[in-house]
Amino acid sequence: MGAVLVEQLLNGVMLGAVYALIAIGYTLIFGVLGLLHLAHGEVFMVGAFVGLVAVRATGSVLLAIAIAMLATGVLGVLVERVAFRPLRGAHHLAPLATTIGVGIVLQETTRWWFGAEQQGFPPTLAAEVWQLGPLRVSSVQAFMLASALVLMTALHLFLARTGAGRAIRATAEDPAVAGLLGVNVSAMVVLTFFVGSALAGAAGVLVGIAYNSVHPFIGVQMGIKGLVVMMLGGLGNVPGAVLGGLLLGILEVLGAGYLASSYRDAFAFGALVLILLVRPEGLLGLRTQRRD
Amino acid sequence: MIVGPYFEDVLIQLGINLILGLSLYFPLAAGQLSLGQGGFMAIGAYAASWLTVAQGWPWPLAFAVGPLVAAVVGAVVGLPALRVKGIYLVLLTMAFGEIVRVFFLNFGPTGAAQGYRGMPFVTTLPIVAGFAVVLAVLAARTARSRVGRALEAIRTDELAADVIGVDVTRVKLTAFTIGAWAAGLAGALWAHYALFIDPEEFGLHRSIMPFTFLVVGGLETFWGAIVGATTLTLLPEWLRFLKEWRLAFFGVAMVLVMIARPQGLVDRRMVEAIRRMARRRRSRDNTEEDTR
Repeated sequence: MGAVLVEQLLNGVMLGAVYALIAIGYTLIFGVLGLLHLAHGEVFMVGAFVGLVAVRATGSVLLAIAIAMLATGVLGVLVERVAFRPLRGAHHLAPLATTIGVGIVLQETTRWWFGAEQQGFPPTLAAEVWQLGPLRVSSVQAFMLASALVLMTALHLFLARTGAGRAIRATAEDPAVAGLLGVNVSAMVVLTFFVGSALAGAAGVLVGIAYNSVHPFIGVQMGIKGLVVMMLGGLGNVPGAVLGGLLLGILEVLGAGYLASSYRDAFAFGALVLILLVRPEGLLGLRTQRRD
Repeated sequence: MIVGPYFEDVLIQLGINLILGLSLYFPLAAGQLSLGQGGFMAIGAYAASWLTVAQGWPWPLAFAVGPLVAAVVGAVVGLPALRVKGIYLVLLTMAFGEIVRVFFLNFGPTGAAQGYRGMPFVTTLPIVAGFAVVLAVLAARTARSRVGRALEAIRTDELAADVIGVDVTRVKLTAFTIGAWAAGLAGALWAHYALFIDPEEFGLHRSIMPFTFLVVGGLETFWGAIVGATTLTLLPEWLRFLKEWRLAFFGVAMVLVMIARPQGLVDRRMVEAIRRMARRRRSRDNTEEDTR
């Protein structure tokens, strides 16, 4: 019982790390623009497919993650260019429509290229299982957690320690004031799209490795879950997105294991409704951060 | 039969989409974006179908009660939902829609994941057209009434509306409930046309449909809902010659329309210009008759 619980928790943390990586992109983009990017789940999906092609071509998982991050980063910049920039100053709901349109295009292009069926990821990591006390950890799980941890640490250092990171935070705080203080706001928005989308791309490859299958429509549910996690953590709040991701991952795995697996998706949304009604600013949000 | 079977099919779908589009017009007229219309549609569809199939009710009675169930749920959901605004409401209604989907996925009496069938064929073209016209007239009359002005006041500035004596809570709740009712009606019509429903068709993609109708058509007047629903229902049909690229082009078209006209295809200026033109022509005709 104890060991099973610990293994379930580990699975939850794995799933949660993926949710967190996706939600960080959402929350960064929402932070600087105050707008929702509804094609973010599709960017994640493209990352998974780029990773698949790269793994098949190079045989290296690390290289595949790097290539997928670069590709989705560029894709994110393109999305900003096509779906957000031309609509600056328009009604705040207009970018929702353009990003939905972009999402359809990405789904259909991938479906045309790879077909609608599931694609298996070639096994690239030596399948080993280590016994750590009561805990059994597979090499895939260890790799996934390590990658997610490295990416999140890198992002934290980038945002906290570099000039560009500071400029992004300033833009998120107040674009007008940041601009007056000499921050190139447009460039920071582009950079945010690059970073956020690259993280989603990495999450796509990790999901491909861990669950060994990708298809053109995996982005839909993941996109919704990413939104839920962003909300749980507090809009624009990066540590909140990480915490929210882990919480949702654990909640889903435990709920599916101990309550009812067919209600699994409902837990996420139940949690969201509860958070919205009780604490709309999110778990780590400050009351003053609330925006309408 | 006046029209061929293919054209009749397209027209019936157009009628149902018009009703679905108008179902979002009412809440959005009060500034509330709901991405949960798919959930209300599911409730209307399942409730009406269960009444005609399991209870053997005549369809007019089932069509009266089914959407009413959706409206009651809408009022219950709408009451707490009024506390949240903007993106919070978007996510809350999205979560509601997903919870409804998961509920019907697990609800035995209406077939759970296997879907539900056995409905009598009710939804003919005249019936859909009748309902669509009634709803369009209701929307048109609302827009010009005291309630319509209250809705607009709330959308423009909720605090100011409250100060000048608009009962904000009541008007918003009414708009939300009417929207839920109309989506339920679209569901009842759809179920008795498709003769088979399953929970997956009422997911987020369905909730997004009316939203894209309104944004592409224009948010300023109820004509936007009508023009948007018509354009986006017929566009994929016109694009049929593109075969597998049809949906991708649909996505591209959506992005291009929004870039070209961020306010949507129809805005207030356009409606007023057309109205002026019609008035001028009428008065010119009258003067010509006088001089004769």
